[in-house]
Amino acid sequence: MTDTAIARPPRSSAQAFRDGLRAALTSILFYVLLGNYSGIGALCYEFGFSPIWAVLCTLLIWAAPAQVILISTLGTATLLEVAIAVSLSSVRLLPMVAALLPMLQREDTRQRDLVLPMHLTAISVWVEGMRLLPGVPKEERAAYYNGLGCGLLFAATFASAAGFYLAASLPPLLAAALLFLTPMSFLMTVCRNTRTLMDGLALGLGLVLGPLIAAQKIGLDLLWTGLIAGSAAYAVHRLRQAKASAP
Amino acid sequence: MSATMVELGPYLALILAGFLPNEFWRVLGLVLVRGLDEKSEVIVWVRAVATAMLAAVLAQLILSSSGALAAIPVGCALARRALDLWPSYWRGARCFSAC
Repeated sequence: MTDTAIARPPRSSAQAFRDGLRAALTSILFYVLLGNYSGIGALCYEFGFSPIWAVLCTLLIWAAPAQVILISTLGTATLLEVAIAVSLSSVRLLPMVAALLPMLQREDTRQRDLVLPMHLTAISVWVEGMRLLPGVPKEERAAYYNGLGCGLLFAATFASAAGFYLAASLPPLLAAALLFLTPMSFLMTVCRNTRTLMDGLALGLGLVLGPLIAAQKIGLDLLWTGLIAGSAAYAVHRLRQAKASAP
Repeated sequence: MSATMVELGPYLALILAGFLPNEFWRVLGLVLVRGLDEKSEVIVWVRAVATAMLAAVLAQLILSSSGALAAIPVGCALARRALDLWPSYWRGARCFSAC
């Protein structure tokens, strides 16, 4: 197998960043985020927040489920209740960051250079990053990922503001439809990006087990789903590897 | 409460109830994988866990947004459809429902 990424001359960080930005612009998720986050901007308007708050919310949190919870419950629940609900919805960020950062770090990578990639990690950036990064030389990956993440975060931030101002004229059903369409297209992108059996199994099992475990109302359902479905997929992957290497 | 505090209230809430509880998981991820190689077995496992969690989040978003779309109960429609189709595949017959 030839690796075309190694064949070309090394690029500067700025060039790699630009490549990442371009990848963000050509990603279907850029446009999906425009829809999704105008729904979130509209939600901010409905619940009486300011447009600056809506923009900061996207820039600082950058996780749609957590934002929907924050926006819709801040007016009624206590601060602690909201914080717990937001935190429970975001557990996935831990394994996502943990799976991604090792792709960026080299022996001489400083921890603080990973802070921006860490914050930029969200479902959209992660999915596209996991797909595209293997084709990028390791020393360019951090800058490339920053470009990709900034591009997608820009789409979301712009849409949050636009959605806020459009909310007055947008019918409520359309705002709801925007919020609904986006998980479907995320799901389709994730399916399309699935290459290995392990990823496919983890995805399929997670889709089935997630709602089932959530219906049991035992709490921490996302965590349990991830651990059970993910470990099962990993176990199958290991078994197949063992079989393949056996004589 | 001073006017500035009232003004700052939503922003303070954004930091305390939104940014910090959310960012906590990202920072924990950064701290835990310090120096780990992307090909190590634990990272392969973590990737499977992340994919499964992401699938669970998406499944919940798709199912729960049927509540937001009160006019189109998507979950009900999907379940109805599945119930309709299942016995017809089972018997090798054509779908007998007009739904």
